[in-house]
Amino acid sequence: MKKLLLAASVLAVGAVAHAEGDRGAQLYTMYCTQCHGAHGNGKGINAAHMSVQPRDHSDIKEMSARTDDELFKVIQQGGKSVNKSVLMPIWGGNLTDDDIHALVGHLRELCCQKD
Amino acid sequence: MKHLFSLGVAAMLAAGVPGAAKADTAGDVQQQCGTCHALTHDYATLGIQERAERKAPPLDFAGNKFQRAWLVSWLQNPTRIRPAGVFPPAHVKDGPNGDVVDAASLAEHPAVPAAQADAMADYLMTLKPFDDLIKAETYQPGTIAKSMGKMNFGKFKGCDACHQDAPNSGGVSGPELYTAWIRLQPAFISAYIANPLAWDPHTLMPKGDIKADAVHKLADYLKVIGEKQP
Repeated sequence: MKKLLLAASVLAVGAVAHAEGDRGAQLYTMYCTQCHGAHGNGKGINAAHMSVQPRDHSDIKEMSARTDDELFKVIQQGGKSVNKSVLMPIWGGNLTDDDIHALVGHLRELCCQKD
Repeated sequence: MKHLFSLGVAAMLAAGVPGAAKADTAGDVQQQCGTCHALTHDYATLGIQERAERKAPPLDFAGNKFQRAWLVSWLQNPTRIRPAGVFPPAHVKDGPNGDVVDAASLAEHPAVPAAQADAMADYLMTLKPFDDLIKAETYQPGTIAKSMGKMNFGKFKGCDACHQDAPNSGGVSGPELYTAWIRLQPAFISAYIANPLAWDPHTLMPKGDIKADAVHKLADYLKVIGEKQP
């Protein structure tokens, strides 16, 4: 019985993690790809028109230098909050904390895909 | 099937089907616009995924948003306002230097005969669920030096990341804004910049922390550039 419960718990945790991953990918597609690109490489449809180029989220070195808290802050409070470009908007009004955590999780997936 | 229906509607409009002209305008709008445009605010109660599934901008608050004269004119001769469509991620393809807009995937809006455009505009202007937001708006159109306005629009506020303030100048994911002044009501422009979520909870426009006087400066810039449009 205990084994069954444990297995069910593991499955449930896995399902939540998967759903969280999907949520992050969904939100990234909606709010981020216009500038950061469909592939997360910083080459979205707006990039050619921007004075400061969007971050390449597939750049392992660059992304590894950012903590999750820093990524959370820049999404929630915008580029200006971390002395970066105002072209990165404040998304804290549109997205919940859970949404932003899901996005941070997705960013970590994007940066590691090159491995 | 929906595309076939839209094409059928477009063909009917082009042919000026006699029955269509006599039809009740509300029903006409519901039938011809409602295929792609939301005419009620029900989408606000749905999940975020509905934003990705929109075929066209909502019209449920058209009467709080548009200038009637522009609606009448545009319906007869529609031009593209959103360079990348209503949901840009659905209209992107790989280009040599990054993503580009897949223009072939963008649908054209059917043109409407003059009398019908007039009747449709009359009806759409009755859709005003957000009179309270308009009434609360304090914006009084003023003026701003074009160079200062442009600097504010771009360098200081970053609007040009997504919006064009002149043809081929600025980002393409948002609606172009060089015709915003003739298209939109001044109070709507100001209210929407200040809090787009109050109008559409699934908007892709960020709700920043911009103060009222800064919002008004942006609106004044849209006035300066919009009044010069042909």
